[in-house]
Amino acid sequence: MIPEIGHFALWLALGVALMLSVIPIMGAARGRGDWMAIARPAATLQFVLVAFAFGCLVAAFVGNDFSVLYVATNSNTSLPTHYRVAAVWGGHEGSMLLWLLMLTGWAFAVARFSRHLPAPVLARILSVMGWLSVGFLLFLLLTSNPFDRLANPPLDGRDLNPLLQDPGMVFHPPMLYMGYVGLSVAFSFAVAALIGGNLDTTWARWTRPWTTVAWIFLTIGIAMGSGWAYYELGWGGWWFWDPVENASFMPWLVATALIHSLAVTEKRGSFKSWTVLLAILAFSLSLLGTFLVRSGVLSSVHAFATDPKRGLFILGFLVLVIGASLALYAWRAPSVGLGARFEWVSRETFLLANNVLLMAACGAVLLGTLYPLLLDALGMGKISVGPPYFDTVFVPLMAPLIFLIGVGPLARWKQAELPQLARRLRWAFGAAIVAALLVSWLRGHLGIVSTLGLAMAFWIVAALATDLADRLRPNGIVKTSVLHRARQIPRAMVGMMVAHLGLAVFIFGVTMVKSGEVERDVKMAVGDTTEVLGYTFTFRGVQSLPGPNYRAAQGTIAVTRDGKPVTTLHPEKRNFPVTGAVMTEAAIDAGFTRDLYVSLGEPLDGGTWIVRVYVKPFIDWIWGGCLMMAFGGFLAATDRRYRAKVRQTQAADAKVVA
Amino acid sequence: MHKFLLVLLAVCCLARAALANEAAPLAADPVLEARMTRITAELRCLVCQNQTIADSNADLAVDLRRQVREMLRKGDDDAKIIQYMTDRYGDFVLYRPPVKATTMLLWFGPALMLLFGFGALAVVMRRRARAAANQFEPDDPALFADPHQS
Amino acid sequence: MMKSLRYILPLLAFLVLAGFLARGLNLDPREVPSPLIGKPAPSFALTRLDDPATTFKRDDMLGKVWMLNVWASWCVACREEHPLLVEFSKRGLVPLYGLNYKDKRPDGQGWLARFGNPYNASLFDDDGRVGIDFGVYGVPETFLIDKQGVIRLKHIGPLTPDVIRERIEPMLKKLNA
Repeated sequence: MIPEIGHFALWLALGVALMLSVIPIMGAARGRGDWMAIARPAATLQFVLVAFAFGCLVAAFVGNDFSVLYVATNSNTSLPTHYRVAAVWGGHEGSMLLWLLMLTGWAFAVARFSRHLPAPVLARILSVMGWLSVGFLLFLLLTSNPFDRLANPPLDGRDLNPLLQDPGMVFHPPMLYMGYVGLSVAFSFAVAALIGGNLDTTWARWTRPWTTVAWIFLTIGIAMGSGWAYYELGWGGWWFWDPVENASFMPWLVATALIHSLAVTEKRGSFKSWTVLLAILAFSLSLLGTFLVRSGVLSSVHAFATDPKRGLFILGFLVLVIGASLALYAWRAPSVGLGARFEWVSRETFLLANNVLLMAACGAVLLGTLYPLLLDALGMGKISVGPPYFDTVFVPLMAPLIFLIGVGPLARWKQAELPQLARRLRWAFGAAIVAALLVSWLRGHLGIVSTLGLAMAFWIVAALATDLADRLRPNGIVKTSVLHRARQIPRAMVGMMVAHLGLAVFIFGVTMVKSGEVERDVKMAVGDTTEVLGYTFTFRGVQSLPGPNYRAAQGTIAVTRDGKPVTTLHPEKRNFPVTGAVMTEAAIDAGFTRDLYVSLGEPLDGGTWIVRVYVKPFIDWIWGGCLMMAFGGFLAATDRRYRAKVRQTQAADAKVVA
Repeated sequence: MHKFLLVLLAVCCLARAALANEAAPLAADPVLEARMTRITAELRCLVCQNQTIADSNADLAVDLRRQVREMLRKGDDDAKIIQYMTDRYGDFVLYRPPVKATTMLLWFGPALMLLFGFGALAVVMRRRARAAANQFEPDDPALFADPHQS
Repeated sequence: MMKSLRYILPLLAFLVLAGFLARGLNLDPREVPSPLIGKPAPSFALTRLDDPATTFKRDDMLGKVWMLNVWASWCVACREEHPLLVEFSKRGLVPLYGLNYKDKRPDGQGWLARFGNPYNASLFDDDGRVGIDFGVYGVPETFLIDKQGVIRLKHIGPLTPDVIRERIEPMLKKLNA
């Protein structure tokens, strides 16, 4: 019964979404207040219905209802409860319902937190989000219904892929989808503004926090995906430039460009049409990513079970949404104003150069991801494009970008002087180079690439310190304390600094691990030891352990350094009887300056096992840096100029004073 | 008899202690192994297709790693090994696409995009420089009053 | 006019991309075309599955058009195509030889005894080296080799009646002409 109710809720949601798509935007065009007023309640009702349907699917999983086809293919009675919930988004249909839940959730959030938006603007925005809901609801209901029943329900399900039975599965897809789908808000703001003709600095100020929040989720989602791959897959890597990874990275690059472009548009009113185009492109790449993962067009370890009919539907939806919005852009953008004036050397141009570099990087990733398809479609053969290509092409684009991160924040709006900037930054530049050379020499790795990587990280920190020092310097007229001057720095600026610092931490981690990690494959009998980078690993044997739905061979490896015990690691090899799969669970000792990573290979005769040992210096700085970036974004998004209550209080104060 | 057994036991214990020491590397020749891994890390496993031949546990990957080891022992260089692979499996097996006529756009594309981007920026800046003052919006005094221009 | 033209570029670029994506829906990204088509079959010398004393060389077949089918007793998909092969071999259109890939002699022989033997002979490739030389990556695979010893066709995956009718028979006509 419950699946049917859930299914029905989705049909109801489609009805509401259709109303939301049509009535408010027509009301905005005709000045009908009552039509526009439908937007908020419709967005709320749409979300409630989809959330209810989602709840029904969760109930079917938790209750082991194998008469539902989707539950039978993705779950099993021996699956622990929290993984039964995660299994809801383990396959194509359920993950599409999760997408829809996020989409209607964001629309609800916009409806809820937009009291400051004029009614016609809000009406148009919510209607656009309604169009997106209609598309996804139709896709779900017509081609990918998670509530389809099986005529002869099996006694037990096929089980969730063991690779996905992991905490990462509980968090990574929801976080990622929140980011992907969150970009639909910036998209809707942009399309609504093109339709209504109200592209101005106010529009940019409204759009910015929504974009930043979506960007935060996307950053965390991608970082989690990378971290999960690292500890789960057992190959010690954390980024493979796989098509699906690229599909999440491209919107991130464009969203980063968008955040910076919105800064120009908000402060100076310039480059409005470029910002609008970026907002459209960011979400378009989210949609493209959805297509790539589910259509079977590219080969990927992440790809869902493919069906050309579904692929065609999504492509049609893509062409409609992206084509229409780009056509609207082509029609309306030429009449958008120029904004305020600025010179060749100014903060504006540095930010735009940032955009050019980020878009070139995104273009490179898109080119590499789609090139095999391009050649195949033209009958020119079949090639593969993998990490060697992306690493070669991506890093040189990043270097000038990182140089700009140091210069941009110190440049003045409208007009900056290069000699003055050079003078202010020369010690930072020198310090970065010297520090990089020093660290390289101390480590004994004087490679050009790793030294450059270190220099980039140190440059960001040094330039940041320069900016901070300027802001904390007494400004002469009024005597203030350092702390007071520190508090004067707007939260958005602090957010920027933290985010940029996070990037420096990320680059440092990547450089140190890529140039300094050591891997060793050895045959170990009980009592055997191996030494890697000062750590001694001693093999203590393997025992058999039962798990909830698997049987494990668990190894014990004691780690010491200079004779002092560091930790004991327990890598496992798990056998899942239902699917017959064998999973390798690496054991990791995460540390501030290094990870110790051990995994079991195959057993040999006489209790000897093949053991793989890694020592990875500073690898956790990679994800730590991403989290810092996300935190910086959080600080920026919660700056007082976006907080409604603060604005109201200020307005009230202003009234009192007047 | 007892003495003999005691000596035998002692010898066994000593041998055991001597054996429980530095673990032997899995590879017979670690230097060769490192070279093999470096080469196969850029080759695509054709069975699973989303892993390198260095990492894959598929039978074919195991066989091809063995093949590369043999070729390295024979003295073949990287180019010869890559040729061996592409002769049998085509360019698909290379994760680093070869630079040929069909991949020119791939390898030079990013640089072209960068040039196009900066070129477009320059064109737009020049166009703005030529525009009359009244086409621009006025500056926000609040922004320029702040010495740090946040 | 020029001013408005550049705003159309993103839309045009997207439509071109969409065209490629639509084409991509009909392609299989996992299929690896063989670089050996049109090149001489790799030379080999293998013992027969049923007779370790007899060696079979590539050059033994020069002057004849022949079909090489790669199979193994552990290969599940081979079971699928096997009845079809047995039928096909009865038609006598082309000499059919098997390449028993990475198998054990008793397993291979037992499998043929159980499911039928459509092959004139099967060649025993226990370490898979000859398979690698032929670019085999997924069993079963089928090759057509012409009178000069050049590979003219490769089919990856189990044979189906459609494949036999639409690809193999026309090619055989061409090669035998």
